[in-house]
Amino acid sequence: MENHILNVRNLTVDIPLPSGMLHAVQGLSFHVDRGETLAIVGESGCGKSLTSLAIMGLLPKKAIRTADLLELAGEDILNATESRMSDIRGSLMGMIFQEPMTSLNPAYTIGNQLIETMRRHRPVSVDEARDRAVFLLEKVGITAARSRLTQYPHQLSGGLRQRVMIAMTLMCGPDLIIADEPTTALDVTIQAQILLLLAELQKEFDMGLILITHDLGVVARVADRVAVMYAGQVVEEGSATQVFGRPTHPYTQGLLDCIPIPGKTERGKHLGSIPGIVPSLVGNLSGCRFADRCQHAMTDCSAADVGFRPASEVGHAYRCLLTPEQSAQNAAKLGAA
Amino acid sequence: MSEIIVSASDVMRTFMISAGVFRAKRPLHAVNGVTLDIRRGEVLAIVGESGCGKTTLAKLLLGLLPPSGGDIRLDGRPVMTIPRLEMAGLVQPIFQDPYSSLNPRKSVGAIITLPLVVQKDQDPSTWRRRAEEMMALVGLPPRLYNNFPNQLSGGQRQRVAIARALINRPEVVICDEPTSALDVSVQSQILNLLQDLRGELNLTYIIISHNLAVVEHMATRVAVMYLGRIVELAETDQLFKAPKHPYTMALLESVLTPDPSLGIPDTHLGAAYPNPVDPPSGCTFHPRCAQVMAHCSVQAPKRVPVEGGHVECHLFDANLGKEKAIA
Repeated sequence: MENHILNVRNLTVDIPLPSGMLHAVQGLSFHVDRGETLAIVGESGCGKSLTSLAIMGLLPKKAIRTADLLELAGEDILNATESRMSDIRGSLMGMIFQEPMTSLNPAYTIGNQLIETMRRHRPVSVDEARDRAVFLLEKVGITAARSRLTQYPHQLSGGLRQRVMIAMTLMCGPDLIIADEPTTALDVTIQAQILLLLAELQKEFDMGLILITHDLGVVARVADRVAVMYAGQVVEEGSATQVFGRPTHPYTQGLLDCIPIPGKTERGKHLGSIPGIVPSLVGNLSGCRFADRCQHAMTDCSAADVGFRPASEVGHAYRCLLTPEQSAQNAAKLGAA
Repeated sequence: MSEIIVSASDVMRTFMISAGVFRAKRPLHAVNGVTLDIRRGEVLAIVGESGCGKTTLAKLLLGLLPPSGGDIRLDGRPVMTIPRLEMAGLVQPIFQDPYSSLNPRKSVGAIITLPLVVQKDQDPSTWRRRAEEMMALVGLPPRLYNNFPNQLSGGQRQRVAIARALINRPEVVICDEPTSALDVSVQSQILNLLQDLRGELNLTYIIISHNLAVVEHMATRVAVMYLGRIVELAETDQLFKAPKHPYTMALLESVLTPDPSLGIPDTHLGAAYPNPVDPPSGCTFHPRCAQVMAHCSVQAPKRVPVEGGHVECHLFDANLGKEKAIA
């Protein structure tokens, strides 16, 4: 248990709207260990980005966050003061966002920004911080690192900017990195490089990594464990092999059936699709939130809240009334169709 | 009705880029000698990294930009001599982001019928019926006719964009990243729809995408672009089974299929994408190429015809290829 760098139990985010309460995230529980990558995957509006903001304490003011437990490296960050949180962010917990151009300040050189990050949190001199910046820029694969320090973000390509962002999050040696769609804005060739880099650095510095993405290909290649989110809830959780090899929730099965895979899906054939749209999360919700779009929905599905239940293997769990055997049959049908 | 619907020969498009107030402008060859024949009814995909000239090429083919050199013909006629209105009836675009490509102040009906208004279609009494037929065809409930784009989901918006593109029954549809702004489950719906429409309306698609999985699923032929040139053109099966150009190989390696037993690929494309204003000498790909040879930095490769297409690489040049590589 002590190994958990981040421990989240029953995290809920509600946003009051004129039309009612928006239940954006509901009853989320997970943990991340040192050296482990947890991927949170889901479509837009499923609450994956709000989850990361909730962990970092960066939710919009009107959002209401509750949890039974929110611990980073043994420290309670649920009730931490704002000033303590801003100490934690950037030092113990690093963040990488989707669009590096908007997360870097265009008016300062990257050297300035790297050095300031460290000096904000650690009692080091400018020279020491600069040495650390050069060391990390080289680590993230930037050549001529010392001369890069005087460059401005607009002088760098997208891939280089994202490398600078990664170096910046590493400046204080964090325990946990939260990467929200870190490669979505990048070219496919650069995407692979950045993912490879993240994975190497994570092992080297023994950090926990939460990877938030909608790209199932990225998840499969990078994650140790996967949490699939739908409409504010985790609907399936397990190791990457379990979730991709034996998807058990109908939503996970549907998602995997949607994506074309070179060499596997036949050209010109119809791809699978999930009919309908994500339900509104405003007001009182009951029952399975996927029931409207699920082709296996039964009358019980909309009756009561559907709990999380273990699948046939240890560490694999899902939120559905179907038994693991029934789900396996459905998956087989999808594969055959 | 010839078999070749769009024919581009040695098309160039150069932009003059300002390098500063007191410096001379410098040329950027966004499209640098593209020769391409698009057959009626085929799905041609153009793939490449950002900045390789995909979108400029699409604009040239749409007649929105005049080429700086070379010749583009649509059904045998030079594109720049076809009147704008007629051109719009023949070639239509579908853009990436359905949030910015639809006018938020116009209703769905007004958006879809606008091409009919512009084309001064003779029979306004039929517009509504035709728009509703088109909506049904693209899977939009006709009751949305008077709704506004902000009331629609991303997938529905993209369907509106498709309906607008198709209402005048164009010959060619250019899809610029048609699904990259959409969620996975919506992406598959739109791809299925595009497939169905192609069969039903006899369309020719040009699909611009960086998602190779989508390209493999949709395209019949693939053109790989790098720094304004088509470095490899081949039938889809051929390209995915036996890629020839080292750049194509690297692109294919970077496709992440959802298979947890595989790791993250190392594409060996070390150096970043070169600055297109200042392209490398010789073969523009040589600084990133895993199979670079001595003369690659000196001499630009010629187009070598291969089965079903061409490749531009010294490795396949009978005179310059293997022997020199050994020497």
